[in-house]
Amino acid sequence: MSSLSLTLAAFCTAMLAALPSWAMEVKAAVLRVDRPAGPPISRLDAPPADLGFAGAMLGNEDNRTTGAFTDTDYTLKTQAVAPDKAAAALDALKAEGFGLIAVIADGEVLKALADRAGPDVLLLNAGARDEGLRDADCRANVLHVSPSRAMLSDGVLQFLMWKKWPRILLIHGSHPEDRLLAESYRKSAAKFGAEIVEVREFVDTGGGRRADTGHVLVQKQIPVFTQDAEDYDVVIAADEAGVFAPYLPYHTWDPRPVAGSAGLRPVSWHAAHESWGATQFQGRFEKLTGRPMREEDYQAWLAMRVIGEAVTQSGKVDPASVRAYALSKDFELAAFKGQKLTFRPWNGQLRQPILLTDGRVTVSVSPQEGYLHQHSPLDTLGIDAPETACHAFGG
Amino acid sequence: MPRSLLLLPALILMLAGPAAANKVFVTNERGNSVTVLDSESWEVVATFPAGNRPRGITISPDGKELYVCASDDDTVRVFDPETYKELHTLPSGPDPELFALAPSGNPLYIANEDDNLVTVVDVKTHKVLAEIPVGVEPEGVAVSPDAKTVINTSETTNMAHFIDAVSYEIVHNVRVDQRPRYAEFTADGKKLYVSSEIGGTVSVIDLTAAEPAIVKKISFAVPGILPEWLQPVGVKATSDGSRVFVALGPANRVAVIDAGTDEVLDYLLVGQRVWQMAFTPGEEFLITTNGNSNDVSIIDVKAEKVLRSVQVGEQPWGVVVAPE
Repeated sequence: MSSLSLTLAAFCTAMLAALPSWAMEVKAAVLRVDRPAGPPISRLDAPPADLGFAGAMLGNEDNRTTGAFTDTDYTLKTQAVAPDKAAAALDALKAEGFGLIAVIADGEVLKALADRAGPDVLLLNAGARDEGLRDADCRANVLHVSPSRAMLSDGVLQFLMWKKWPRILLIHGSHPEDRLLAESYRKSAAKFGAEIVEVREFVDTGGGRRADTGHVLVQKQIPVFTQDAEDYDVVIAADEAGVFAPYLPYHTWDPRPVAGSAGLRPVSWHAAHESWGATQFQGRFEKLTGRPMREEDYQAWLAMRVIGEAVTQSGKVDPASVRAYALSKDFELAAFKGQKLTFRPWNGQLRQPILLTDGRVTVSVSPQEGYLHQHSPLDTLGIDAPETACHAFGG
Repeated sequence: MPRSLLLLPALILMLAGPAAANKVFVTNERGNSVTVLDSESWEVVATFPAGNRPRGITISPDGKELYVCASDDDTVRVFDPETYKELHTLPSGPDPELFALAPSGNPLYIANEDDNLVTVVDVKTHKVLAEIPVGVEPEGVAVSPDAKTVINTSETTNMAHFIDAVSYEIVHNVRVDQRPRYAEFTADGKKLYVSSEIGGTVSVIDLTAAEPAIVKKISFAVPGILPEWLQPVGVKATSDGSRVFVALGPANRVAVIDAGTDEVLDYLLVGQRVWQMAFTPGEEFLITTNGNSNDVSIIDVKAEKVLRSVQVGEQPWGVVVAPE
């Protein structure tokens, strides 16, 4: 070999060494399936284009910072599609080698994607709240980082019972998801000893939800709609479709507080939350994205951090190993909610406290003091092991 | 020389030891102030404004400069411990929370939660000497007794980073449980304790081998307290190597640990949400800040008993005692 080629070979070796070569590589994706929807009642609630993606980006950044110390590389791909393109998008992600996919979609779409994905892919549900997906319709290849409707409604009812406001006027919308949410509040009320004194339905008659002088009509309609109710302490609004709930506060016939879909709302996250180190977390998100964090962002961040923790602790990157570690007793995740988050092994639901917010501050955090459980107070929120109809997790 | 003369210096020392009163400085996170206590009478002798959201606090070995992390001001404020006047500020990077001084009193190592950095500041020239990239949300900082190693814990990366104090390079990373808060060396430098608030454990890291390694994880159990609320935060080790004290946050307890076996011996009931702790110079007393009851608890270290509590400002966070 000539001296030139020797030098060249040495140079090439040096170049190769300089290129980052990772011991482990993790490819994660976020697939958001957007249903066509009109503008929300409040223009403050209009979804940003990077809804959910921004949270995943922060989670990926966090994983990459840690990965620099564990010789692990993380890549993230984000994609938003219409419902009829969801299956093709999933197939394409699989073909590109993405086996860890956070999904922000409604329950029906998620179920179809789970069945299509097969056992080699792990989906992390960062959107759908449906109880069925955690129960009789659960899928072994789906872990749920977003809380279920029952966890949210239980969180509200625990607070109302702590306040000694047990008499509820339940107002639900006319869409199927509103009825499911109303059913969840009925069950929560029965679970914690509250009484639903009356149920009313607010029928969606269509039409625009916003108008220049909308408040004039609202001020006349809502008092009449809530007139002559049985004696009650608090209104609970079940309005997942977002048709009427924000109009209820201050307009009820009787001077009563509102909870549920307006007023005191149960959420996985909101941008004013500051306890347990959340201030720094909010700051990092806002620096990265220039906007406040939403629930979908927090849930997508959770999905990425679940992946990151499982990879860091188990030293494995394949979806089956990530799933197995996440469901094991060893898994724990700090997520700015004051206690470790773990998965329910019987249905793959992430246990987590529920924040109750008026939109400006954290009013309270459930589970409330005094709601005890033989394993974890977090299991007082949502379906517990003895009641589960989910059998895909070996239960 | 007569024997009595030889004994005299020892006698003076004995008299001086327990009788000395020191100033105790407590940051009030929500009160935006520092409360000054007298370590003999345990009376509040002064309260002075300390900037916005004061948290971490420490004092120079000569007792002439008091350093306070004013988190919401993105700066470290330096006060005269006698007059309580602000002398100057130090560049800290954004949102400083905890820091540690080198044993010599210089430099100061500051954790910047927002920027994933440890900032090294020369306290004489007020210049930033280095910014060291670490894990996500750096929190606790400790300097080894030989001043050669700086420890930083990162709350979301869940590691203790071992930083070489000369090269500013990370030389080791040790994975610990969720949300590591505080790191404390033993006086002989042979062990490091790292508390994990959300994980609920204290990792005991052996430093005598070539690579640092976790040899034990201390966990906690108090009858009637939910395991979720046993959240270790502040850690203090006695210099004689006999005891380690761990503040357990919302469990309102301080755990007493045998530093030889690293077994929990007892739990002392203190105020609500116990956070950080500091010894008096002779280690007769341990002072704990209790964030939710707005007081500090005074623990008799030898007797392992809580003597009393003293009301301070709103949400006490950090504490330091002036040296002799």
